Amino acid sequence: MDVAKVENVTRVFRIGKVETAALRGVNLTVESGEFTALVGPSGSGKTTLLQLIGCLDQPTSGRVYINGKDVSKLSRNQRADVRRGALGFIFQFFALIPTLTAYENIEMPLLLAGEKASARKARVTELLDAVGLSDRAGNRPDQLSGGQQQRVAIARALATRPSLILADEPTANLDTPNGQQVMEIMTRLNQETGVTFVFATHDPRVIKYAHRVVTLRDGCVVETAGEEKIAAGV
Amino acid sequence: MIQTIKMAYRDLGRNRRRSFFSALALGMGLALLLLIASVVKGEYRGAMDSSIQLQTGDLQVMAKTYDENKTSLAWEDLVANPDQIAAQIGAMGQVLAATPRLYASGIAGAGNQSVGVRIIGIDPNSAGNDIFHRAMTGGEYLTADDRSGVLMGQTLAKKLGLKPGDSIDLLVNTANGNTDEQIFTVRGIFNTHTPGFDQGSLFMPLAKAQAFTGTENHASVINVLLKNIDDTGPVAAALTTSQYRVQTYLQANQILADTEAMANSYMAFLYLIVLAITATVIVNTLMMAVFERTREIGILSAIGMKASRIMAMFFAESGLLAVGGILMGLVLGSVMVALATRYGFYIGDIGMTGLLLGDRIYAYPAVSDGVVLTVATFIVALLAALYPAILAARLEPVQALHSGD
Repeated sequence: MDVAKVENVTRVFRIGKVETAALRGVNLTVESGEFTALVGPSGSGKTTLLQLIGCLDQPTSGRVYINGKDVSKLSRNQRADVRRGALGFIFQFFALIPTLTAYENIEMPLLLAGEKASARKARVTELLDAVGLSDRAGNRPDQLSGGQQQRVAIARALATRPSLILADEPTANLDTPNGQQVMEIMTRLNQETGVTFVFATHDPRVIKYAHRVVTLRDGCVVETAGEEKIAAGV
Repeated sequence: MIQTIKMAYRDLGRNRRRSFFSALALGMGLALLLLIASVVKGEYRGAMDSSIQLQTGDLQVMAKTYDENKTSLAWEDLVANPDQIAAQIGAMGQVLAATPRLYASGIAGAGNQSVGVRIIGIDPNSAGNDIFHRAMTGGEYLTADDRSGVLMGQTLAKKLGLKPGDSIDLLVNTANGNTDEQIFTVRGIFNTHTPGFDQGSLFMPLAKAQAFTGTENHASVINVLLKNIDDTGPVAAALTTSQYRVQTYLQANQILADTEAMANSYMAFLYLIVLAITATVIVNTLMMAVFERTREIGILSAIGMKASRIMAMFFAESGLLAVGGILMGLVLGSVMVALATRYGFYIGDIGMTGLLLGDRIYAYPAVSDGVVLTVATFIVALLAALYPAILAARLEPVQALHSGD
């Protein structure tokens, strides 16, 4: 089943009178359970593509489908509903709310989804355990290391059991041991829960974790490799 | 909802000093408004009390043809047998005191100075005139059989350079349209702390005033003080006859009521100005918060927070600032109002025509003003959050997430 599908998508940014095409007719299908890396040099369109799949932005032309639903022309609130229900995000800069504890950061998407208190507590406890931060539940982001913060962000992304998690350079601000730990957690969760991951990176140490690698250059998909691994169920 | 308020509280805590001063600005605005409202109310209430105590009573009984503005002394315009009528009125259960008064216009002269005065004949023994007895600052109070003594206000005495025991030359209009002139002795001096009254009023016993003005056993009005001012209407209705009309304190002080209504309109405008100024502080604080937390707003939006909830966060912050500010304002305002109620503000003689303002204005706090201003402050604070909240809610998640990059 297609978790995400991008059909002939272009995204043109206009700054003053200058137009810049970040994506030029991109086609991509992401199947359920994939662990896919988007790679390419800076400016190749990785982040823009993630943002379009993540309903954070809208394409200039073309269509984006999430779980079979066309999200290209949705209103702001409708896109928020899609993000809340079907998508999880992990950002390069950790992106935690500094005034909330680790527990509360993970709980936030559940609150927004209207989960009951008992269900929230059970889910957050489970996720803290899954990312190895049960003893850090009451700490705020500034009391956590970069690696710990990113693990909280992973737990938050998983909170509402989304079908797709989008990660933009998830290890870019981490040292090697922490980067490895984050990638191992993501891989494990992908295998254990079947949640689909698509992450953008240009870190060769991270690419090795991917089952499929999609290479972008100048706003176009120029190479896709590794499908045979997924087909083989590896 | 609780989570939204919790987040708002913590967000305000990020910059405690800024949040404190924002709330303080709101609080000071509210405190100022509470003080102004109570002082204005106190000013008009004081003027009304002065007028009732010194001049109009709770109600006045007078001849139907009597025009208090012309101070007529024609017998047909006066109340005949005033002592008898006052006694009858005084016997009513709701009445505290009923006393006849005779008003005449005249000129007081001393040395080479003269000044227009209102000569008032009173019954010195009546409880209705106790206020003048209590206001004595020098000399002696009048006795009913005093045939040559007068009491005068301290302001008037000072103007004419008189003290108790000095002589004063009085020229007065009489009932037959002529004038009469006699020399009197300043028996005593009073100070009601109401310059508008003290500078033009001169008392003498009713019997002497009647003899001096040729009005014999007549009075201009019967002044009535009630035990409970709320009984004014029923008592006025009971006293109205075919021969006499009754003027209540509200009718007698219509100009005061009109002036107060006009002042209240101006005050509402002033309230809006003060609240608008304090609102700009809230707007500024929340705008700073939006700019500082743009990326966080992007994060919240990315994880599915809707625009309405983002707006709610800023309304919650503004609401908390308002609650903090209002608490400070109520404390600060209560202290200021308490001091103004206890000590008042000295204003001297500001000489507003038609108003018997005291030389000191005391605050008169009203719960209704406190409630209205508190609610208004809260509403204005919430309204102030509208623009920053809309600004935050309209942030595009992508741009917000990359702000500061």
